[in-house]
Amino acid sequence: MKLADTVRFASGSLRGSPTRTLLMMLAMAIGVAAVVVLTALGEGARRYVVNQFSSLGTNLVIVLPGRTETAGVSPGMLLGQIPREITLDDAEAVLRSPAVNRIAPLTMGTSSISRDALNREVVVLGSTSELLEVRHMTLGLGRFLPPGEIHQSTPVCVLGNKVKQELFGNAPAVGAWVRLGDRRFRVIGIMAAQGESMGFNTDEIVIIPVAAAHQLFNTSGLFRVLVEARSRDSIEQARRDAETILFQRHNGEKDVTVITQDAVLATFDRILTALTMAVGGIAAISLAVAGVLIMNVMLIAVAQRVKEIGLLKALGAPGKQIRNLFFAEAVLLSGIGSVAGLILGYAGSRLIAEIYPSLPVSPPWWAVLAATGIALGTGILFSVWPARRAARLDPVTALSGR
Amino acid sequence: MIALEKISRIFEVGDQQVAALRDISLTLGQGEYVSLMGPSGSGKSTLLNLIGLLDRPSSGTYLLEGRNVSDLDDRQQAEVRSQKIGFVFQSFHLVPRLTAAQNVELPMMLAGVPADERQARVRALLQNYGLSERADHRPDQLSGGQRQRVAIARATVMNPRILLADEPTGNLDQATGREVMKLLENLVTQGITLVIVTHDVEIGARARRQLHMLDGQILSDETRAA
Ligand SMILES: Nc1ncnc2c1ncn2[C@@H]1O[C@H](COP(=O)(O)OP(=O)(O)OP(=O)(O)O)[C@@H](O)[C@H]1O
Ligand SMILES: [Mg+2]
Repeated sequence: MKLADTVRFASGSLRGSPTRTLLMMLAMAIGVAAVVVLTALGEGARRYVVNQFSSLGTNLVIVLPGRTETAGVSPGMLLGQIPREITLDDAEAVLRSPAVNRIAPLTMGTSSISRDALNREVVVLGSTSELLEVRHMTLGLGRFLPPGEIHQSTPVCVLGNKVKQELFGNAPAVGAWVRLGDRRFRVIGIMAAQGESMGFNTDEIVIIPVAAAHQLFNTSGLFRVLVEARSRDSIEQARRDAETILFQRHNGEKDVTVITQDAVLATFDRILTALTMAVGGIAAISLAVAGVLIMNVMLIAVAQRVKEIGLLKALGAPGKQIRNLFFAEAVLLSGIGSVAGLILGYAGSRLIAEIYPSLPVSPPWWAVLAATGIALGTGILFSVWPARRAARLDPVTALSGR
Repeated sequence: MIALEKISRIFEVGDQQVAALRDISLTLGQGEYVSLMGPSGSGKSTLLNLIGLLDRPSSGTYLLEGRNVSDLDDRQQAEVRSQKIGFVFQSFHLVPRLTAAQNVELPMMLAGVPADERQARVRALLQNYGLSERADHRPDQLSGGQRQRVAIARATVMNPRILLADEPTGNLDQATGREVMKLLENLVTQGITLVIVTHDVEIGARARRQLHMLDGQILSDETRAA
């Protein structure tokens, strides 16, 4: 029997019971589509986090107060326990490392800001002129913090876009004075509208020189020191150097944590990839279920078509041919089902991308491959037994329907 | 052409043994027209199925054109069925979802005959049997007589040497039954070997050679003078 005839005959018997066939294909398609959509979502979330992290800056090493056993995200870091401060001098000392390009110390607090009668609460960020470059921020108007001596508390500020809008409306702000707490600051620049980035809305902050912030909040410690390594390859050295320098300055007390952006990123990457695979795996189970369903339906088909099988044998079909026919049916079922599933899955992913444009949803190639593979695999695997059973039927018994 | 020697067929039903055929020895020549008669349960269908290689004997040997076919494997037996034997059944056994033409085409498709050759042979055969108009009808759109004619067309489309018919008129009224018989007998004049199982004495009497069975044995074997 020719292959084309086998396929034609098999598709004929599939069309002979359209409801059954459609339901089977639907089960297959939903399974495949589920894998595609769910992994696309997971992958989208992973890429979102990666993008957000990269937008923080490049080749970043982050110094934070407090010690954790291993570098990475840890409870201590999240709780923000501060055993010993990192001072501005500490931060400057890190620059001694040849692997370090520049640094930006960070201190943070909230304060009221007012201009004439207008007044609101803002997050105040104390830093240096390097912050703009290190943290990949964009200035909209005017100038950023002036370069110069780190301890100098020049009374100037850069406003976040939204803060400017609320205080000044459309009136020019650069050159005007605002009041932060009980101190007066001159506005020298406005940040470009940027929106949320890693939980940090630059539109709603005010940036002032770090020394000025220390005076304003009456502190001397730093919340973070952002350290930019010279290149990707020197990140690790920069991290080690920063650690050594700070431990030395703290009399050997290991009370600071130095993490690399890459390490944090890798952690998130691992977590989210694992999540994607887990979700994809769960969806793949539904595919296996679809495979079992195909087996059941094929077994029923064998039972229902006993006479036909007997007849085919009487007309000169050897067992192998009967097996091929049932096999072809299963391949067609799972093949068309998984193609439909892929179409459905991609359409679903596109729809999600339309609804959440900020999420870079796209099905990962390995999931698409695995989904199709599992669909075809289970479809074929689970058809082997029914097909063998059909092939073994004794022609006389089959014909008489006994 | 067909030589059966001491053929027995024993069915095991539970722990009981039913001997459907006992030590049957029989030779059939090329082009013979044989009717097989006997009471229900006497083993007629069993014998026919054995001749048609749909079933294997429990003991004895079966030579088809001098070749021992009783111990061929599944694929070889299928080959013999495909090339040498045609079957006609009481209940037609047409595939319901296929048209008359497709049903007739089926044995050729299974044998791997090229499509264009198949079309030509199907058309010619359906025309022969007066079914041209019905080529695209499915079995449920055909009368019993038409169905049996489609079945005969299907049984003969591979030009077999042997045609085996198990009560081919059993589900037909008398007039239609006679038509079907004419068709089958016409094939005999073309040289086919026809074995027909029937309960109808009148139909059985038309065959030149008449076998009567009882309890799995051949009771009588009469050949009418030409
Ligand atoms: N598959 C089977 N299993 C068990 N016993 C069987 C089987 N096939 C046939 N028999 C038995 O073998 C005997 C002969 O059966 P067979 O069908 O050949 O009779 P028959 O002459 O064709 O009868 P009928 O005229 O009713 O068709 C019967 O006793 C029957 O019960
Ligand atoms: Mg019978």
